[in-house]
Amino acid sequence: MIWDRLTDPVVRERLEGLDLPFNRYGLDPLGISKAHLGAFYSLLRPLYQRYFRVETFGVEHVPATGRAMIIGNHSGGLPVDAGMAVAALFFELDPPRHAHGMVEKFANQWPVLSPLFSRIGQLTGLPEHAVRMLEDDRLLMVFPEGARGTGKLYKDKYKLVRFGTGFMRIALQTRSPIVPFAFVGGEEALPVIHHANGLARLTGAPYWPVTPYVLPVPLPFPCQLWFDEPMVFEGDGTESDAIIEGYVAQVKARIAALIEKGREFRRGRVGGAS
Amino acid sequence: MKVLLAGISGALARRVTHYLLECGHTVIGLDRRPWPDPPAGVTVYRHDVRKRPAEDVFRTERPEAVIHMATVTHFSARREERYRINLHGTRAIFERAHEFGVKRCVFVGRHTIYGAAPDAPLYRKEDEPPLGMATFPELADMAAADLYAGSALWRYPEVRTAVLRLVYTLGPSRRGTLAGYLNGKRVPTVLGFDPLFQFMHEEDAARAIAEALDHDLNGIYNVTGPQPVPLSLLCRATGRPAVPLPEPLFPKLVGKLGLSWLPRGALAHIKYPIVVDGAAFAQATGFKARYDEVNTMEAYRWA
Repeated sequence: MIWDRLTDPVVRERLEGLDLPFNRYGLDPLGISKAHLGAFYSLLRPLYQRYFRVETFGVEHVPATGRAMIIGNHSGGLPVDAGMAVAALFFELDPPRHAHGMVEKFANQWPVLSPLFSRIGQLTGLPEHAVRMLEDDRLLMVFPEGARGTGKLYKDKYKLVRFGTGFMRIALQTRSPIVPFAFVGGEEALPVIHHANGLARLTGAPYWPVTPYVLPVPLPFPCQLWFDEPMVFEGDGTESDAIIEGYVAQVKARIAALIEKGREFRRGRVGGAS
Repeated sequence: MKVLLAGISGALARRVTHYLLECGHTVIGLDRRPWPDPPAGVTVYRHDVRKRPAEDVFRTERPEAVIHMATVTHFSARREERYRINLHGTRAIFERAHEFGVKRCVFVGRHTIYGAAPDAPLYRKEDEPPLGMATFPELADMAAADLYAGSALWRYPEVRTAVLRLVYTLGPSRRGTLAGYLNGKRVPTVLGFDPLFQFMHEEDAARAIAEALDHDLNGIYNVTGPQPVPLSLLCRATGRPAVPLPEPLFPKLVGKLGLSWLPRGALAHIKYPIVVDGAAFAQATGFKARYDEVNTMEAYRWA
């Protein structure tokens, strides 16, 4: 199959270490296909290692087994951050882990994209999916800023926008630890200066990013990922909004601190960006 | 137990009959269609479930349990007839069951009533509303029958009622909704979409229906078998040639050039998945499918 031919040997070996319940066809019950994962990670590897030259810190904070929610900031006009975080957990953890993202609903209406996201385990962002994946002891990656986060303009770079609170109720309900992370570099890799709203309406996308060089293609800007210690909160998800918002604010503050740490790290480098 | 099986002459219902007999039940059947050679001891009454002679079968035979499989799909009946058979037939069965002291009722419905949509979750549970009618009007009568059967839970509380929502069945008989789609010379799919399809072997489906009677079920249950597979793999593993059509051309080409026919509303069902969670049924009955997805597709292929 074409997907097998696209898979590089390093990825092939690491795929064997994944703890997903593949059947004889290499399919898991959520429709994830081992062959598609192989091609996907083979595409991510050069992007992660050479194009964005991603440096990952603190990956040991991600549990080696069992459920966890990986919560991060959106950085850049396209979800490059999600792709690089997924790559980090696959290439830096031993054994590797596969992170399931929560995809914007519009993507599932698009031909080609809809089945591709499904085959690589990136399901529509629905609470039912989140609960199921955590109860299956999978890794769930959530960006509580949602499309508001990727829709940030360059002038607002690294300012966290409002966090949704749904993730916190699900974390409490499923007793999942929250691993905060920050992605630094995406805003420079894909600086968005304008949103083409007409094009967005036409395609059903929440926004359509326009860069100084027009096309929404990320530049090869070095990026860093910072993971922090897991956070565990008391409760069962039935708490009042005030309590939940308090918990979410703690997660947001941790991520903001991680972003600051990352930007400090860059400033420390000769000629580093701010 | 004395079991009345409505719709006994259907392919799946005949298999259910065998499992019921194996479990030691006495079986009587009710169907407009003939079953020329039923197993020994099985009486088949050739009546319409909505008509008076069918009522007399309840009166004279006094079944303790009823399994209702006398429903039809868009493949075999027109709209008005489907409403008459599916909705009014279901009503008649539950009213007779109540009137003549039936203790248990099993309604056999379909998982397709949940409907396929881009924003629908995988592994839908029984409390999800049926959304199938929005995109697929041909499903409205089945959804109405399913909900009517569910209303028997409060309408006739003395009759223990199980509403089963079965995933597609597949197997050597090459009958059923999914087989109807796959049987064409060429299988039309939508270019750029490859949804998960959930099915179970027809023997497993028949056994699940028969075994539902042996448990004190009172509620609505999804009935599932092995894990779902993408439509492209389903076509490949069953040896059916899939022809991906651009969506705008789809309505013009289905039913022509050897492509299987599909109603317009079914388009959503071959773009987006309908995957349901069968955990509640498995937990209540201990049911476990004996055929996995590979055996099931091969059983259809090599029949």
